[in-house]
Parts: sequence; structure tokens; C-alpha cells
Amino acid sequence: MKKLMLGNEAVARGLYEAGVTVVSSYPGTPSTEITEFVANYDEIKAEWAPNEKVAAEVAFGASFAGARSFFGMKHVGLNVAADPLYTAAYTGVNGGCVLAVADDPGMHSSQNEQDSRHHAIAAKVPMLEPSDSEECLFFTKKAYEISEEFDTPVIIRLSTRVSHSQSLCLLSDRDEISNKPYVKNPAKYVMMPANAKNRHVFVEERTEKLRAYAETSPLNQTIDNNTKIGVITAGAAYTYAAQALGDNVSYLKLGFANPLPVKLIENFAKKYEKIYVIEELDGIIESHCINLGINVTGKALFGYLGELSQEIIADKILGEKLPFDEFSESVPVRPPVMCAGCPHRGVFYALSKNKVRVSGDIGCYTLGASAPLSSVDTTLCMGASVSGLHGMNLADPDGASKTVAVIGDSTFMHSGITGLVNIAYNQTNSTVIVLDNSITGMTGHQQNPSTGINLKGDVTAAVNIEALVKAIGIKRVRVVDPYNLAETEAAIVEELAAPESSVIISRRPCALLQYVKHIPALEIVVCNGCKMCLKLGCPAISNKGGKAEIDRTQCVGCGICSEVCRFGCIKNGGVN
Amino acid sequence: MIKSIMIVGVGGQGTLLASRLIANVLQNKGVDVKVSEVHGMSQRGGSVVTYVKYGEKVTSPVINRGEADIIIAFEQLEAARYVSYLKKGGKMIVSTQKIDPMPVITGNAFYPEEIIEKIKALGIDITAVDALESALQAGSAKASNVVLMGVLSKVMDAPIEAWMKAIEECVPAKFIDLNKKAFDLGKNI
Repeated sequence: MKKLMLGNEAVARGLYEAGVTVVSSYPGTPSTEITEFVANYDEIKAEWAPNEKVAAEVAFGASFAGARSFFGMKHVGLNVAADPLYTAAYTGVNGGCVLAVADDPGMHSSQNEQDSRHHAIAAKVPMLEPSDSEECLFFTKKAYEISEEFDTPVIIRLSTRVSHSQSLCLLSDRDEISNKPYVKNPAKYVMMPANAKNRHVFVEERTEKLRAYAETSPLNQTIDNNTKIGVITAGAAYTYAAQALGDNVSYLKLGFANPLPVKLIENFAKKYEKIYVIEELDGIIESHCINLGINVTGKALFGYLGELSQEIIADKILGEKLPFDEFSESVPVRPPVMCAGCPHRGVFYALSKNKVRVSGDIGCYTLGASAPLSSVDTTLCMGASVSGLHGMNLADPDGASKTVAVIGDSTFMHSGITGLVNIAYNQTNSTVIVLDNSITGMTGHQQNPSTGINLKGDVTAAVNIEALVKAIGIKRVRVVDPYNLAETEAAIVEELAAPESSVIISRRPCALLQYVKHIPALEIVVCNGCKMCLKLGCPAISNKGGKAEIDRTQCVGCGICSEVCRFGCIKNGGVN
Repeated sequence: MIKSIMIVGVGGQGTLLASRLIANVLQNKGVDVKVSEVHGMSQRGGSVVTYVKYGEKVTSPVINRGEADIIIAFEQLEAARYVSYLKKGGKMIVSTQKIDPMPVITGNAFYPEEIIEKIKALGIDITAVDALESALQAGSAKASNVVLMGVLSKVMDAPIEAWMKAIEECVPAKFIDLNKKAFDLGKNI
């Protein structure tokens, strides 16, 4: 019987069936569950790495030692892992090495909408693109064959709708594969100029061999419906096109995103009067067709933004729209918010109240940018809060006493540490707040090197953030409880005024962690309507005709609202 | 023929479990099934959508405007937001619960009044239920999602045993009885 599996779960199953023994990843929506599912297989050594570069290097090291290995990440994570990837493209592999990268068209949970196919082209490595869970499983196994046959890392490209959709998969047993013998081979594995020059020749020859392979690979499928219109498509876009256009068109579905075949596309294009290219994000297949002199229509109709859909495709190609009703009034948006009891709230309230400029980072606390706290000024990428703060303070030394960086514990482990080393080394007067909620929150509670627990759930070494910060050379380090607003605010004011750099560690576990015991919900005795509590942006507090009301099913009793109420109307059972 | 069910609500209301129960029920019907979920950022109290599609061969895992046979809304404002996704002649099941979004809390927007009546006025077949009340009766406000699955079971072609099995397989052991009770209360509304 087939099993209903998330795309990410199917990739994990593919890794298991392919005999993979080493997996290292850093969490990132929509890729996270691959590695979480892998952790359930005892046969696989699976780990969270501090960042994607480390994960990639672990996987390449394992491959060099002879094992089949894997690393997974979201699209922006591959930017971090790009350095080892681009040179591992030259060394090639010993045991097969595959990576999965999950793009996020529509930016459901990301800071940009980059198209990972550019990395495959630039690194000159093959990339496969499944369109549903069954293909996720099959393509992952196939990727190991390609990796070992062609001596190359192989990328599996996923997207939100492939990673986070469930469809039916047929499971097989695991192939128990023993490590390939390790043979010292500096010409292949030591990438210094003389060796790398030779390997670059190999890389270019490999690309042509891979292209020849792609011409006949079963991963590229032609579906001829004897029509006038032909559609070249891939991944999730294929599933939308198939629903929108059915058998009114013929399809060339490309499972090989790189290198793209030539003859296969030319022969397909010849058979139909009109060729459309339907691909999400950038026009990579389209550009390839144009380079081949094939007249296609793609981005002119579909653009570069967001996700495609059957609705868009049916409209643009067939001019058909389904009828529907619409609600008669405008519906207020419902943006994501910091949860009731979120320990980050107190810090942002204090920062907002003191009009502090905030160099932000990637995590739940990016939501500190939203109203009503409206605290965060900038968010760029993982770790940029700390390094960016240094840059701000270099450019505007007078602003340093009114500017902080905020960074979560996991993001600090990922790439905040080097930025802090830079602050200590190059001596700006900077104030960094580590929002230590003892977990990687936004991606759904993954452990990290500061939590003392590993991916498999075992107790392990925990980075002591205070000691680390001191060792870096920051002398002023203090820990505050963000549920204690007065203490938190005082610490921020004092450290901003201090004549040297400081780190404030705001420490409180995420309110959603199962081990966190909540005190009974708060109650408003008699509301005087001061509306101070509404400035916290707590989803448990609402405004009912000018009076605040607390939703007892949501409130976890963090007590911050009772600290801001001007009239002491909110009864607090006492914070544990 | 593809059937499309959409579950809409607020992050944290348990829409993911609801879609997994439906998928579990469908898995044993011998049809093709796809379920599409949203994880990550939008789960933090934001508007969340889950799609379930089944039939001979499902291609796209998502549902677009004018496509859904059934929409189950866990919250009134979310029902209003996604009305346009309902197929002409489709059915809506709505929990009467209201949760203010942040723009309403901060006074920058208003929560529309009489949402259910206004949806009815569009000529839409809508069933409104107080799922929260039934869930509390079953023992936990968190079981509203399963109450709504009980309501859904009356219009879906699947035996009750399949739903019971789904609850047993998808819910932690200590909450199975509570959720079965919540399901029954929904079924009998």
C-alpha cells in the first residue's frame, strides 16, 4: 500500500532507502522536516549543524571518507553553503553526496525569492527537480546513482508546495551500502591551483556528459497529447499546468533542472505550433530555449513574482476563469504575530519605548518589526544584525548609544559569533542583545548548539553564551529575564550608555516549549481603559469597546501586561 | 472528478491536525490524495490555509478561487476572507468563534459584523456551529478542530469507523477519548 507523505518526508525516505549514513543540516522553512524525519532512522547519523556551511562540509567530508551523505537547507541557506559547494563541484565525491535546497516562491516564510537553479548553473553541478512526494523519493535515490556515476554532488531542488504537500508514495527496503574504500588522492581532493586547474577540465567534460545523460533520462518526461500547443515546465509548476490545461496541451516535464537537455527540447518544440514555458521564479528554461533559437512564450505572460497557480495558467493561456462569490466588505489582514507569552515581547517593548534603533535578524523576533511594537529597523540575513550594527556604528558613532542588534540563540550560533568577534576586534561601542529562548523557534523548535540537546534528543555539550562572549573580548555581559520589564529596560538603558561594547542575554525559553509551565491566565479586574496593554501587541489581549479583555484560552500568564497597566488592573498570579 | 476541501483558520487553531485526519480517512478509500499545508512564519497567529484534494488523479496540490467543494472555517473572519475560493454551489462550515487580528486589536481596522448572514446573503450554503462550546463540553477548547471534523463527516462519504481510526492514529493516546467525544458532539450538531 502507498503511504501519504510530505515531500520532505519522502526525501528523508529516499535517503534511507539509498543507504545514506551521514546527514547534517541547518533548519530552514520549507526544508526543515527532511532532517527531522531522517532523525527517526537509527541507521543514519543525523545532526543539526550550527549553519549550512558547516553542514555542507560535514557531508562532503563524509563523502570523501566513502559514505553516502546529505545536507539540506532552504534557498538562502545554500548561499551560506555555496563556498564548499562550488569547490566540491571540482573535487567530486567518493561516496555519493546529495543536497536538497527548498525555494520559497511567494515568500511564505523567507526574506527573498531567489531561484536556486542559478547556484546549480554557477557551481556546474546537476540539479533535479521533483514535482510531488513520489518523485521526491524516486529522484533522491536516483541522485545518488548520478552522484557516484558522474563523480559530482547533486542538488535536489524543492519548493514550498513540493516540500509541504503530502502525496502517496510507494516504499521500498533500504539498500545497505558499505563505505567506498578511501584512497589518498591529492590531485582530486586537494584543491590548490595546479590540481584545481585539472579538475576544472574534468568539470566541463562532466557537464557535457551529464547533458547527454539528461537527453534520455527518465527524469525528463514527454507527454504527447497530439495537440497544437506544447508546454515546457518543471516542479510544482507542472502540477498547476496539468490541472489548468489537462490534455489540451502536450508537456515536456523537465526533472533535470541542470544541465538542461538540448535535442530533447528541440525535438519537442518542433512538434507543436506554439510553445509555452511555465516555470516559477526566473526564466531559466526560457532563456535556454531562446539560446537554442526556439520561439517560446513564458515570462512575458507569467512574470517573475510569487507562486504560479492553475488559476493564473488557465487565465493566461486559455482565457478561462472560474466563477466565484466575494465577501461584500473589506476583510482586515491577519499577519503573523509574536505568540502570547513570547519572551521577545518585553525586549521589543522596552526598545520601542526608548526609541532605540534596532538592527534585526532572522527568526520569530523579526516580528518585532510589526505594529504595534514596530521596533526592528533592518533585517537582511542570518547574522547581519551583529555585523550590521558594527557598520551602523562606524558610519554614525553618535547613534551608537541609541542602536542595538537583536539576534536569537540559534542565529547567534549560526553566524552571529563572527560578527561579535568583529565588534570586539575593531572596537565600536556596540550593544548586542541575544534573545535566548533556548530553541530554534520560527522553524518549529529545533535544538541548536546552545541548548544542550542534539537532533536525536540526546544530552550533549551546550555552548555557554556568557563565557563565549567574554572569551571574544566583550567585558560587559549581563543576563536579564524579559518577563521582568523593569530589569530588562534598565539593562538596555545602562548598556547603551556604557562607554564600551556590551552583550545583554535576554533569557527565557520559548512559551510554546512543552516543558515550560505556565501560571494560570491573567484577569482584568476593572479596566480603566488606559490601553497601555494594547501597545504590547499580545494576541491574547483585545479591545472590546475601549476596554481591554484577556482571552484566557490564549493567555499564559507572562505578566508583562500587568507591568505596563497604569492602574494595576491586571491580576497577576506571579511569574514562576 | 476531483473533490477539494479547504481548511482555513488562525495559526494555532489546529488546522494541520484537521487536514491530517481528513487525509487519513481518504487514504483508505483507494483514491489519489494530496494535502498541502503551510508551516513556518504564517503559523504564528496568522491566517492559515490547508488544502485537501482527492479523486482519480490529483495534480496541483493547491486550491484556487472558485474551486473548493467544501470550506471549513475555524473562525468567522477567515470564512469571509476565503469565500471566493468556494465553488459555485459549494458548502461552507463555519465555527462561530471570533479572533481579533492585530490590526483590529490596535484599532487600525474593524472586525466586520454579521459575517455569517452576509455570506448567506450571497446564496451560499453555510452551516454555522459553536465548535468552541462543544469542544469545551468535550473537555478542551483545543478540540474545536475535531468538533468541526464531526460536522464535516456528515457531508463526506466515509464511514464513522474510518474517522475513529484516524483519530486513534493521529492524536496522542491520552487525548483520544476526548477527541472522539468532540467528534461525536460535532456529528450530532
